[in-house]
Amino acid sequence: MLNIKKIFRNKATKSNHDEFDLSRFKNTERFLNEIGGLSRFTSIFFRELFRPPYEYKEFLKQSYNIGLSTLPLIGITGFIMGLVLTLQSRPVMTEFGAESWLPGMVSVSIIREIGPVITALICAGKIGSGIGAELGSMRVTEQIDAMEVSGTNPMKYLVVTRVIASTIMIPILVLYSDAVSLLGSYIAVNMHGFISLPLFINQAFDSLHYFDLVPATIKTFFFGFAIGIIGCYKGYFSGNGTEGVGRAANSAVVISSLAIFIIDLIAVQLSEIFHVFTM
Amino acid sequence: MIEQKENINNNSFNNGEVVIEIGHLKKSFNGNNVLKDINMIVNEGENVVILGKSGIGKSVLIKCIVGLIYPDSGLLKVFGKEVVVMNSRELNILRTRVGFIFQGNALYDSMTVRENLEFPLRRNKTITDPHVIEGLIVDVLENVGLVDAIDKMPSELSGGMKKRIGVARTLILKPEIILYDEPTTGLDPLTSREISNLILKIQNKYKASSIIISHDLNCAKITSNRMLILHEGIMRAEGTFDELKNSNDEWISSYFKID
Repeated sequence: MLNIKKIFRNKATKSNHDEFDLSRFKNTERFLNEIGGLSRFTSIFFRELFRPPYEYKEFLKQSYNIGLSTLPLIGITGFIMGLVLTLQSRPVMTEFGAESWLPGMVSVSIIREIGPVITALICAGKIGSGIGAELGSMRVTEQIDAMEVSGTNPMKYLVVTRVIASTIMIPILVLYSDAVSLLGSYIAVNMHGFISLPLFINQAFDSLHYFDLVPATIKTFFFGFAIGIIGCYKGYFSGNGTEGVGRAANSAVVISSLAIFIIDLIAVQLSEIFHVFTM
Repeated sequence: MIEQKENINNNSFNNGEVVIEIGHLKKSFNGNNVLKDINMIVNEGENVVILGKSGIGKSVLIKCIVGLIYPDSGLLKVFGKEVVVMNSRELNILRTRVGFIFQGNALYDSMTVRENLEFPLRRNKTITDPHVIEGLIVDVLENVGLVDAIDKMPSELSGGMKKRIGVARTLILKPEIILYDEPTTGLDPLTSREISNLILKIQNKYKASSIIISHDLNCAKITSNRMLILHEGIMRAEGTFDELKNSNDEWISSYFKID
């Protein structure tokens, strides 16, 4: 009896193991297909980017939509980010007698890392899902096909304009978010003492170097590009029905958030290497 | 059962120029052969209605004609030119001559009716004068009886109104061929009749040739000069509405039993 149980247990384990392997293979295949599809989509984007006619009006409309509509959200989160980071860091800094370093520490943290990454993640949630859902619903309701049969290249009109707008507007949003975060930090510092605004700015920027600002700004262009292209890709090829639109919006956020962390990791490594070579 | 015919010899459009020519067209999706061997022609000024069950490939066929879907093999000529080998420029030129009315209307929901109608005109850059564009929009809206809806958003329109605006958007480029994908689906009988009459009016006014995909026998009766029945990937029957309705073939007449 015991042996039979053992045999069944072994069989069951073997069978589960086989299924597991198969599903893992399918997931790998799906993942590779997705990477291939996105790469091809990106290559078509670059081909259409340099080919006239250029859709200036649609680009400006999308820049306005992406930039201005996200400004209040970025402003509020940026302000809270600076305020909270300063309030949380203050007790430790005070304990070490380094309270005067607070503006410098906060500015380096925000401008080098927290500002760009948090802002890009918020944009992935708002802009990436918006683009994914918009293009997804256009695909489902055949608006993209209608555009094509009316002699308009939807890749150029819908995709190129949105990706470029996102690539340009997200660095601007990050700079705005950094500025508002420092304002939040200034208010937090003044909650427990007094420091004038010129002195705060002086201390904050004294700690910053060229190598803090430039790589942090350059990587935001890549964040913006990733959010735009992934949102467009998921929306453009969304499945049928409302479920497909929902899935497109959802996966646009998930994949672009993951892409932001990967780009950040690569950017940090590259800037470190570059920093070592130029020292 | 009537065998598939490649030559049409029973309608008054025989002497007209052939605008669409399809021969041995095949299309499959993931191993599923949707279109197995399609042969048909459309003459100048003729309304051809294609009947067939849902999901049988009727929409796929007309999407092939405008290059939205590429067939696997076969001949597909529009205005005497092979669609499959056209480059994007040639395809865009073709698409200004072939209008497509989508089943779900496909109105741009972020644009007003005016902007929806302006869009194809501005994109093709045929006319740039705003006064001429405005005149064309009003004219085409008068044709579909919806001038009052010019500044409305698509979400403010009823199903029938959306269908008419979809027709107006196609008509604004004055196409020589119009492809209707189930123009009366989802509409009440009265509105369906109005849309069917509108199709007939367009045929008379614009002298356009049309392919009308439909399940609606009343629409087919009003609009068709010739009808084709698509079944299992081939055109199984062909004739005028009355010929098919009065056919001795049980399978064909079964399509008309609900009428």
